[in-house]
Amino acid sequence: MEAFRGRSIISLRDMTVEDLRRIVRTASTVRSGDAGMFLAGRTIAVMFFEPSTRTRLSFESAVLKSGGQVFGFANPSSSSQSKGESFADTIRTITGYCDAMVIRHPVEGAARLASELASVPVINAGDGANQHPTQTFLDLFTIHEEFGSLDGLKIGLMGDLKYGRTVHSLALAMARFGAELTFISPHVLRMPDAYKEELAAAGTKFSEVQQPEEAGTGLDVLYVTRIQRERFGDPQEYESVAHCYRVTAETVASLGGRVRILHPLPRVDEIAEEVDQLPNAIYFRQAHNGVATRQALLGLVTGGLS
Amino acid sequence: MTERTYKVYAIGNGTVIDHIPTPLALKVVRLLGLGSEGILTIGIGFTSKRLPGGKDIVKIENRALSKSETDMIALIAPEATINIIAGDRVVEKRRISLPDRVSGILRCPNPNCATNMLGATTVFDLVDAAGPVYRCHFCERTTRVEADLLVSQARI
Repeated sequence: MEAFRGRSIISLRDMTVEDLRRIVRTASTVRSGDAGMFLAGRTIAVMFFEPSTRTRLSFESAVLKSGGQVFGFANPSSSSQSKGESFADTIRTITGYCDAMVIRHPVEGAARLASELASVPVINAGDGANQHPTQTFLDLFTIHEEFGSLDGLKIGLMGDLKYGRTVHSLALAMARFGAELTFISPHVLRMPDAYKEELAAAGTKFSEVQQPEEAGTGLDVLYVTRIQRERFGDPQEYESVAHCYRVTAETVASLGGRVRILHPLPRVDEIAEEVDQLPNAIYFRQAHNGVATRQALLGLVTGGLS
Repeated sequence: MTERTYKVYAIGNGTVIDHIPTPLALKVVRLLGLGSEGILTIGIGFTSKRLPGGKDIVKIENRALSKSETDMIALIAPEATINIIAGDRVVEKRRISLPDRVSGILRCPNPNCATNMLGATTVFDLVDAAGPVYRCHFCERTTRVEADLLVSQARI
């Protein structure tokens, strides 16, 4: 296991299984309230080169709850990039102002590049369609909180499996814990072959169906994602699949009744509001878990937690 | 017509790259950035028992290429063989193997990659020798190496 202090967190590909367990364990400690103000005296830059309310606010909340200071910007128009400064120069400058930086950027690989230019740890808060590792960490923490373990679970992934980076990352992460995966999507939004080949090479069992009712009654988790209009070049193609799913109380019952429903949020209409009342619905707790998970990660990379 | 000997002269010192599948010799020269540092001999279209489509040969005088340089050739011509010549004798017969990591040699085909949008120098890591397939260090997409993804190192 590589030490976390001083380390940038860019991609799931850089993480060992033990790294993932350590993040989950540390998030549990933070959640229990035993970790204290471990970011006191530390300053974190939160730099969002594209807008994102949920991820940015949960990082800011994580810093403040741990006693740290936070500064940054919520979109590039309020940074010096709007004056023509290069991304590299922005990073080389801000690195001298903080103890760690959190970056979201629409360009794939931007966070990796930043980590190679900065002298402080960089946390990737999303780089285009590539990686969003802290979403996966909070998903793992939530699943662990529910089952007391991450090992050998049956996970259904439903919705936009073609473009959704959260499902790609979660599939690869859960595969490392011996999960059996069921992909539920319309034909045009199937899991890309590259991911299926990677999973098959790792010996992961998976199957593909088109409707949640075909997934049987053995799922531990149903992870639902929004079908994102902005990903479709052709509006007609979007309309053909836009409302093809709706998880209702009846769907939950058909899945065996003990399945936990997760969703990275925001949702549109893919989960009926009646499901919110069921004990199976844990997506709002999942969103709240983003704070403890990000607190844990910031504590680990800055050395505030060990 | 009588049988004729190859019109590519032996060199006393330097590097001979043999068994390059025709017509990749010029691409090999461009890949290695050769051309402005001494005599370079390029032969194209020789018959070969090993390569039914013909072979090309490149001879570089007075320069022994390093292993890391010749391994780059495997990106487009894995069949190529290398002889290092010194004092009119072959002092090393070298096989080439795909480099685990290549920097500044391949272009990432993803237009939204940091190498295309933010000026990062390309870095690729070998994923699968069959193909070969490399993964971009920045956007993490895998790509099969094609000649048009090679960034020329040539100064000619």
